[in-house]
Amino acid sequence: MRQPLQKQLLWIWLVGLLPPNFLCQSATAGLVATQREQNSEAAKVADFEEKVWAFVGAQIIPVEGDVIQSGTLIVAGNRIQAVGDSKRTKVPDGAQVVDVQGKVIMPGLICTHSHVGGIGGADNSGAIQPDVRIYDSINVRDSGFRRAVAGGLTTLNIMPGSGHLLSGQTVYVKLRRAETIDDLLIRADDGWIMGGLKMANGTNSIRESTSGFPGSRGKSAALIRQHFIKAREYGDKIARAAGDPEKMPDRDIGMDAMQEVLKKRRVVHHHTHRHDDIMTVLRLAVEGDFRVVLHHVSDGWKVADKIAAAGVPCSVIVIDSPGGKLEAVDLTFETGGILERAGVIVAFHTDDYITDSRLFFRSAALAVRGGMTREGALKALTIHGAKILDLDQRTGSLVAGKDADFIILDGDPLSVYTKVEQTWVEGEKVFDRTNVQDRLYAVGGYGATHDQSPYFCCYHELMMKQLRLQSNSD
Amino acid sequence: MSKIRNALLMLISVLAIDGVAELRAQLVIRGQIVYSMAGEPIKDGIVVVADGKITAIGTADQIAIPAGVRVIEAAVVTPGLIDGHGTAGLSGIYNQPQDQDHLDSSTAIQPELRAVDAVNVNEELLGYLRGFGITTIHTGHSSGQLVPGQTIIIKNVGGSIEAAQMVETAAVLATIGETANRKEGSPGSRGKQMAMLRQELIKAQEYLTKLELYAKKQAESDDQAANPEEKSEGAEKKGEQKDSSPPARDLRMEALGNVLQGKFPLLVTANKSQDIATALRLADEFKIRLWLDGGAESYLLIDEIRAARVPVFLHPTMIRAAGDYENLSFETAGKLVASGIPVVMQSGYESYVPKTRVVLFEAGVAAANGMSFEQALAMITSEAARVLGIADRVGSLEVGKDADLALFDGDPFEYTTHCVGVIINGLPVSEVKR
Repeated sequence: MRQPLQKQLLWIWLVGLLPPNFLCQSATAGLVATQREQNSEAAKVADFEEKVWAFVGAQIIPVEGDVIQSGTLIVAGNRIQAVGDSKRTKVPDGAQVVDVQGKVIMPGLICTHSHVGGIGGADNSGAIQPDVRIYDSINVRDSGFRRAVAGGLTTLNIMPGSGHLLSGQTVYVKLRRAETIDDLLIRADDGWIMGGLKMANGTNSIRESTSGFPGSRGKSAALIRQHFIKAREYGDKIARAAGDPEKMPDRDIGMDAMQEVLKKRRVVHHHTHRHDDIMTVLRLAVEGDFRVVLHHVSDGWKVADKIAAAGVPCSVIVIDSPGGKLEAVDLTFETGGILERAGVIVAFHTDDYITDSRLFFRSAALAVRGGMTREGALKALTIHGAKILDLDQRTGSLVAGKDADFIILDGDPLSVYTKVEQTWVEGEKVFDRTNVQDRLYAVGGYGATHDQSPYFCCYHELMMKQLRLQSNSD
Repeated sequence: MSKIRNALLMLISVLAIDGVAELRAQLVIRGQIVYSMAGEPIKDGIVVVADGKITAIGTADQIAIPAGVRVIEAAVVTPGLIDGHGTAGLSGIYNQPQDQDHLDSSTAIQPELRAVDAVNVNEELLGYLRGFGITTIHTGHSSGQLVPGQTIIIKNVGGSIEAAQMVETAAVLATIGETANRKEGSPGSRGKQMAMLRQELIKAQEYLTKLELYAKKQAESDDQAANPEEKSEGAEKKGEQKDSSPPARDLRMEALGNVLQGKFPLLVTANKSQDIATALRLADEFKIRLWLDGGAESYLLIDEIRAARVPVFLHPTMIRAAGDYENLSFETAGKLVASGIPVVMQSGYESYVPKTRVVLFEAGVAAANGMSFEQALAMITSEAARVLGIADRVGSLEVGKDADLALFDGDPFEYTTHCVGVIINGLPVSEVKR
């Protein structure tokens, strides 16, 4: 939990970073981005007075804790102040009361694997590129962000692609209203920009005729083993130097990122489908001694016990049909349930553009269709995602003290007919279906999307053409 | 009319039970609610099946379940679902060269490519779709060239193509828009696409004219042979006639000729509004039966599409909003149907993951975005059958029609509902919970 001093520092940082009109918008939550000029007075008031909201009468699914049939959610500033039964939860004086009877409130959704933002990670120069930060490539005006909040997402892990053994540093973001990528970052208490490291094995990162890339699974593993040995040596050199600049190795920003992995601060997010590839990841994680999350895990159901025994969480993709690539022909809606029963921490992801962020609830619901528990599926959209991203102390459930990241739905979260009505991030409304522009992003229509295509070097190029994503650059 | 006929048939069936029990019955399906798509939903409905056909349908009060016949029960029963346009069977699950026969890129215009020569009715993806109640599929070549080839309608029963085939050539497919442009050679622009397509159709017109002329001459010549005394105009040119021969047979011209004669519709994939307008213009110029495919921006041209009396084979609701599809809307199906335009839902073509879409899911998302449950169900049952010209056999549960049914344990469109049974031609083909 952050300390008050750090919170103030965060504000100073924000104030320094953002134009004043942005702060005004933040304060008058829910207003559309165009209402700028009238905000200067509101800013003076809102800067230091925390706005208090009381959402009264909804069914509240806190995810951690029992479902409350008629509940009240109190939000003060950017935090949750209280969650409870309406009869027993006092609405503070001066709070703005919102009647949400008949609605459902639950935590904002967390996507542990997204590609929104017209991103571009590692290039064709090699199979292992820890120096590349996805942070440096994100267009915060990409409509993908608007679709994500329309789908109820509040936190994303934005990742480079899977065409490399190691395609760069990922970044965790909150879907605040943003003018630059810095507005979206999630920083640790010491200011560190939170994120992971993207790795991949199997066919995506194999490229027979390109130098520097592996041509087989055996070679893929060998390259990664050697890479981790090298990273360990770099760290040892620094340790041995004991602050003596003469003895320090030449600085290598890729190796710097690897030290964060070896110190287990930066988690490896590992693309892997086939059962044997999954086992390879588990083996390399033990040898390299790094923290890892398995992503996609199409064959995960075949080795669920092994994954559980390794204590490794899974971020599962749910796709409408199997196939499309050899590694995914045994993909099934049952994966989530089988891993859950084996005792694995399961989250879902959109892999947006592969599946649409607006339809993230579908992933959980189809997993329930495939045998997962309803509770497990809702956790997989929220708190388990937060755990996987080391954010479970801040978000992922509706608990007093956590960030006020929540969504208001018009019905059951797992129903096809249910709509996300509002999305709130840290006490600010960032999506409102009654707003014309927000609605356009939610349902689509003329002008809803016109973005730069994401760049996934290099095996993806044919696929991107096939997916008709290249045309946007016409 | 058909409603009256069906009511009479039902009455006859019921009378038969009450009378001498002549109702043929090999299988009975009982649903808490049966969406026949030929009238109001039937509460506690019974569908009686024999020899692959529906022999009776009505409420449990109306129809006594014949003794000794297997009864399959479900919460919800619908007609077997129809995939309005996909590529499964030509495109396969493995996505390897040996199972991808949906598109030949050797040249831009190839209407002569028959789907019947390419479809693998035992393809795993078709089996996967079957598990979700999809019993009929209009499949074939995929868009991606100007004229990629033909489509076919099959029953999703596997086995042999002969057993599965319903309509050998359902349509000739054409593509307008960005996906029809070739990396090398022509077409490389929308303008060139139309120039090529129009020129080819004009060639086909001339081919037809030559055929007609030849047939006419043949007829005259036959006339003269039969009546040598009668002096006719044709007889004067007798010498010339002997030399005349039919135009060399050209499969490409034959296929386009069939389009021009209205035997095959032209299924034109067009998503941007300008491409949709172009498709309508083309159909008007050549008096072609147009089936509009894709239609991502069709909501911008509702009046024009309605005036042209053209059905829309709408893109999958959840297809990715990029390229020609960038302006798609979840609400298009609802808007078109509300405007009286016939809409058929399709699984489309997928090049990666998912390798096929499932029209049950796509119609479900449409149902949640501005149309009624039954309107959405019609897009994958009765409307699909009507537009595809196969309503005499499938698309609704009526006496005399093929016994194709899908069984569910709840609202078929809900994510968490399962398809619990599938019956094709009166035989249970899937009883696994999907």
